[in-house]
Amino acid sequence: MNTVMYFFKVTGGLVGLLVETVYWCKSAFTNSDKVLQQLVVIGYQTLPVGALIALFSGGVLALQAGPALAQFGVEENVGGLVGLSIVKEIGPVMAAILVAGRVGSAMTAEISSMSVYEEIDALKTMDINPVRYLVMPRFIATVIALPILVIYMDVIGWFGGALVSAVNPEVKLSIDIYYNNLAQFVDFTAVVNGLVKAMIFGVIISIVCCYVGLKTSGGPREIGRSVTKAVVLSFVLVLVFDYYVTRVLLFLNLD
Amino acid sequence: MEQKLDNNNVTNGRLGSVFEGREKCTGSVLLDYLKCAPAGVCIKGLERSFGNHLVLKGIDLDIDPGEIVVILGKSGAGKSVLLRHIIGLDNPDAGSIRVAGEDVHNPDFSKHHVLAMVFQSSALFNSLSVGENVGLYLKEHKIINDDSRINEIVSSALELVGLGGKEEVMPSVLSGGMKRRVATARALVMNPDIILFDEPTSGLDPMMTRTIGDLICDLKSQVEITQIVVTHDIDLTFYVADKIAVLSEGRILQVGSPDEIRNSRDAAVQEFIAPQFG
Repeated sequence: MNTVMYFFKVTGGLVGLLVETVYWCKSAFTNSDKVLQQLVVIGYQTLPVGALIALFSGGVLALQAGPALAQFGVEENVGGLVGLSIVKEIGPVMAAILVAGRVGSAMTAEISSMSVYEEIDALKTMDINPVRYLVMPRFIATVIALPILVIYMDVIGWFGGALVSAVNPEVKLSIDIYYNNLAQFVDFTAVVNGLVKAMIFGVIISIVCCYVGLKTSGGPREIGRSVTKAVVLSFVLVLVFDYYVTRVLLFLNLD
Repeated sequence: MEQKLDNNNVTNGRLGSVFEGREKCTGSVLLDYLKCAPAGVCIKGLERSFGNHLVLKGIDLDIDPGEIVVILGKSGAGKSVLLRHIIGLDNPDAGSIRVAGEDVHNPDFSKHHVLAMVFQSSALFNSLSVGENVGLYLKEHKIINDDSRINEIVSSALELVGLGGKEEVMPSVLSGGMKRRVATARALVMNPDIILFDEPTSGLDPMMTRTIGDLICDLKSQVEITQIVVTHDIDLTFYVADKIAVLSEGRILQVGSPDEIRNSRDAAVQEFIAPQFG
């Protein structure tokens, strides 16, 4: 019974925070400096590690799929396979996991530290709404940065696949053929599909990580626990929502 | 005021003279900016429990405008819980808290009154410099749109608390006492009706304790603001208080002037202050 109550309490808390954050988005322009600051942290500083992950993800897809397709004489389809896999699934999910692990954990650590050391209370006594001041800029920045990061990782992932397909002696696919095949399969709808997922993942990560941070109480030990809780919950919700969003997109013939 | 401080020094004999060897900071820009309207507080039948544990058991307390009231009690007596209720961070199970006649839990309360609090941990924002911390309220509420004017007020507030020129310093490099003073400056620029101090000297050495005590008295003499100080520090209590409320196990044992508390016949009050004066 306690677990059921806890589930509804957390779900209600997350939805409540989401609604309040969306409400405070009205003051995004007057707080543009804070949004920009978060965009730099969430987007710009994630680019190098994002590139590395995307390059190797594309490469490993081509490494696994290339020889298998070559056995049936259809190795030119590596481009389409890698392209679609990355743009629809691997790009958004990997970017979300990267942002949850790298940025979401930092968000939770910072906000939970502020909760523990009475800084959130100090904001309240100054009549500064913590959701407007802390959550809203992170929410907007994550929702904007994640789709951009996905496009960036898609392009690098495709390149990783092309590189491995070209140098792998079992495939030996020219880069031209790879990209021509990729262009045949990856259309605008597929890209939009990935971006819709990225935006939803951005909402999940920012709200979960800020919620857990704001609810932290006790001593410094709780900060570490909160970070773990926020990252694990973000990962689980990203993967669960990935399934259901895909189902919805399939239902709407957008996948 | 000076007379009162002198009396306390003589009586107490521990904290030395106020501002001795230190020039009084005027903070004139801040003083011009502040429109002090010290407010009184009326607490009636305040009760609060956490689970089955009743922490506040019917608190009644009246605080006059411009007074320095010290709520004195042992750790766990419910002092900080009481303070959090006065500032509106927690809601009581029963009873009421009125500031200048208006309930602090009234949704429109913050439109008419400003209460500022100096937290035990100082609660400075580590990502902001000292100056940004102090000026945050003015910027966020757009009370003043001119940045140079905000900077003037921030500098003046820091000067008043003896930290002039520290605007660019980050809080992480400040000592505990300096952080409390920055937090006090941050509270002052809010132009509050009341300032609440939660354990302002906890964890500080005797010299810094005296500095904080001086600062509280200084605020009274220069800003004439209502101050509520929660502490278990008896030295500080008798140094700064106009009125003392002794709190024990969620109940107010006695309210009175420092002399009345010192000469109290209540055994529990005597037990608490006896190690200091016995």
